[in-house]
Amino acid sequence: MRRTRRWLKTGITSAILVVLLTGCGVQVPVLQPKGPVGQEELKLIVFPFILMAIVAFIVFALFAWIMVKYRAKPENEGYVPPETDGNTLLETIWTVIPIIIVVAIAIPTVIVTFKLLKPPTPTVAAKSNTNPNPSKQTVVIYVASSEWKWLFAYPQYGIETVNHLEIPVGQPVDFQLTAIGPMNSFWIPALGGMEMDMPGKDLGLWLQADSPGTYLGRSAQYSGKGFAHMTFNVTAQSQTDFEQWVKQVKANSPKLTATEYKKLLQPSTVGTMDFAGFVNPNGYNGSMSKTGMPGVRAGMPIPSDIKSTGDSSTGSGSSSGKSGS
Amino acid sequence: MSQFMNFANTFLMWKEGPLIWISDVLIGLTSIGIIAVLVYFKAFKWLWKEWLTTVDHKKIGIMYIIAALLMLFRGGVDALLMRTQLAFPNEHFLTAQHYDEIFTTHGTIMILFMAMPLVIGLMNVAVPLMIGARDVAFPYLNAISFWMFFFGAMLLNVSFVFGGSPDGGWTSYPPYVEKMFDPGPGENYYIMALQIAGIGTIATGVNFIVTILKMRAPGMTLMKMPMFVWSILITSALIVFAFPALTVVLAQLLIDRIAGAHFFSTTAGGMPMNFINEFWIWGHPEVYIVILPAFGVFSEVVSTFSSKRLFGYSAMVGSMVAITFLSFGVWVHHFFTMGAGAAVNSFFGISTMAIAIPTGVKIFNWLSTMYKGRIRFTLPMMWTSAFIPSFVLGGGVTGVMLAVAPADYQFHNSYFLVAHFHYTLVGGTVFGMLAGLYYWWPKMFGFQLDERRGRHAFWWFVIGFNVCFLPQFLLGLMGMTRRMYTYPSGLGWWIPNFISTIGGFMMGVGFLLLVYQIVWSVRHMPRGVADDPWDARTLEWSLPSPAPEYNFARTPIIHGRDEWWYIKRGKFEQEFVEPTIQPIHMPKSSGRPFLIGLFMFVAGFGFVFEWYVLVVLGLLAVLVLMAWRSFEFDYYHHIPVSVVEKTEKALGRL
Repeated sequence: MRRTRRWLKTGITSAILVVLLTGCGVQVPVLQPKGPVGQEELKLIVFPFILMAIVAFIVFALFAWIMVKYRAKPENEGYVPPETDGNTLLETIWTVIPIIIVVAIAIPTVIVTFKLLKPPTPTVAAKSNTNPNPSKQTVVIYVASSEWKWLFAYPQYGIETVNHLEIPVGQPVDFQLTAIGPMNSFWIPALGGMEMDMPGKDLGLWLQADSPGTYLGRSAQYSGKGFAHMTFNVTAQSQTDFEQWVKQVKANSPKLTATEYKKLLQPSTVGTMDFAGFVNPNGYNGSMSKTGMPGVRAGMPIPSDIKSTGDSSTGSGSSSGKSGS
Repeated sequence: MSQFMNFANTFLMWKEGPLIWISDVLIGLTSIGIIAVLVYFKAFKWLWKEWLTTVDHKKIGIMYIIAALLMLFRGGVDALLMRTQLAFPNEHFLTAQHYDEIFTTHGTIMILFMAMPLVIGLMNVAVPLMIGARDVAFPYLNAISFWMFFFGAMLLNVSFVFGGSPDGGWTSYPPYVEKMFDPGPGENYYIMALQIAGIGTIATGVNFIVTILKMRAPGMTLMKMPMFVWSILITSALIVFAFPALTVVLAQLLIDRIAGAHFFSTTAGGMPMNFINEFWIWGHPEVYIVILPAFGVFSEVVSTFSSKRLFGYSAMVGSMVAITFLSFGVWVHHFFTMGAGAAVNSFFGISTMAIAIPTGVKIFNWLSTMYKGRIRFTLPMMWTSAFIPSFVLGGGVTGVMLAVAPADYQFHNSYFLVAHFHYTLVGGTVFGMLAGLYYWWPKMFGFQLDERRGRHAFWWFVIGFNVCFLPQFLLGLMGMTRRMYTYPSGLGWWIPNFISTIGGFMMGVGFLLLVYQIVWSVRHMPRGVADDPWDARTLEWSLPSPAPEYNFARTPIIHGRDEWWYIKRGKFEQEFVEPTIQPIHMPKSSGRPFLIGLFMFVAGFGFVFEWYVLVVLGLLAVLVLMAWRSFEFDYYHHIPVSVVEKTEKALGRL
């Protein structure tokens, strides 16, 4: 009951904000989150905003009043302002009140910071009998950015996609992020906050979509000329539809060959692609280990080797090719 | 011929198209124009004797300010090019590469070559005058600092027409800026320009700490110093502790790039995150290096124009010291999303929020100073008034919102962040430095700037500023990230972007009006009436405007805060250390600081293109010049009593 009320409050406040900010019909995904992670973060956007807005309002009002009341006018020509050095009581008050406000904001900050490390509660139960790996209830997706595209792998299903994601609705998704080349930041504002992806690192990010739909994702960390085009659509659909899609990809899409993979790692922008598994069995065995993208650490050449031997036909301009090491 | 074309295409970038050609022509014409003017007025000797070789803190300060305003123009043009590109979706006014270079130079120039010299320029002009000193502690070193900054700035600007500008963003995160991904010379320009200017800045920090601690007039204890001097003392300490981190991290990156090391590469055990940590260990204190002097200016301005003592002096000092310590403990908030872990993020989130407490104290103390005052809304006071709401919104409200680590996952690198730091840096630093510039202008030049024309500039700039950056908060929440060279239609991003562009151009108009105001005032404002035009409170206003070379004919004895105010009100009596004028010991001018800067430029240029002959020649020349200085014993002179008396008489002081 209390929870509902809280949600209601957050909902109303954010609705007012949205209306105030946008007028009509414009998408403000950060303020209209479609999943529990984004909603959790929205609460931490709205609450400090309200507290700080109250403070700001008081300061603005005081400031305006002082400016009007005490401005130099011909009428107060001979007025000699008093000599005040300070006022201990007042100064204590405006030190203590901000401390209270900071504490009030700090407590939920810490709680949520730790909470976001754990998977959100699923709103739809996973059908473990159709899941190829029943020990794992959640979908794991390996994410790797390369110059200037997103490579996604579904290790539980043995498929890969480029520049688009499909996820089951109401299920926590375990994103494992890494980068091949410069770092990027993986951001789907409608579902929740971003996490950076870096070469040689595996960073985790939990997200979940509670309603079906297509959401826009993009890179939020500049990585060169094609960075602005590093966008992808995330389609959230029911578990059945999701598994239907997996089957289709497995049946109809080509395998990801080593040649094709090398080509994908060259600097370029590409459209969406689907692959029915990686062709080199040593490079990728579909296991649950956090190995990042197939091949990054398992038998495929490391990026610098690819770059120094790669042909420049797919690369574009000054940022391609050349090896520095 | 083909050899020349090859050179032109590789280094002069003639294949890049008309933008570069126009720039080449404009730069050529400007250079010819400057030389022609100098020849026509036979001003070479004057320029060399009076300015290029000067070690006078007032002149060095003025040169800093002129350079900063030029850089503000350059950075502003960059900004307008970007806003033009973003005015409509899918625009192709600039290519991706050009846009990337422009946002990089915009950020780098605005922070390192506009905000910093404006701050350092004002402190050069004001601090010695405010503490009753005749110059800074190390005038020769001060000149070296200036020329290092100046040639560093030139090096970055040369990149535009020779070899290509850096394109890694002003934060320059590896691994993107490693040679593997970013080959050209642009990134080397960034490294060398910042390196040279940064070393000069460290020297400035040392210089002002010593000046303030050792050269105050007798009687001026630390707690009797004007608040601006306090802010500079603290800023200098920040510089001395923060800038070495930048020097080290830039050196590491340079070694990576030109010697194939792996400090920050992705292979051979390199760690890009180290760069980001080191960069922000400098970068966050740097934010306070440019904002604390603005706080100092506001304290002087609010007190002067309210005709009231500064409220809560000790609390103001205490809060600045608190900000200084806290500023070294918050750097991770620049990369909450880099997976440092929940405990780390919690710590840095809370330490960041804690900064709001001393900052809030300062805001309330300024309001209390104004309370029951008699506030004169002159130009310095107007810029201060514009600062308070901007900073409460930018630093206070959105600053605290960004400090909430989970919420920052949604704000990071978005336009929300862009709007936030422009509200603090423009609304805080730029407004503050403009307030200071208007405030001390009469002291620098002996005449005031025209109020009416200044108000036009003020309203255009301040309204334009809000029109430009308020919509960007919304753009961030809509999912637009910084550094996108273009955006698709259909996301609702067009209207806020378009409004923002209009605001940007309004700021441009404001800047032009400011220049017009200065030009008009130079020609028309009356001279010799500006010794104490504001009825101000501190020592510098007891001097003639502009102050003579030696500042104080006799060293004053200080009785308390707001010394000059109480002398004017008859509460203190004006007293001097020397009963009569004595010969004044002053440093000699020297051309070597200029040459050291020039040869650092040569060496830096050599590093950029890995032309090691230039590097060796440049550094050798610098070493020779430094050695020469070591064996110089006749570096000062005495101004005889007769000359001082003559000058003072001419100024109506005897």
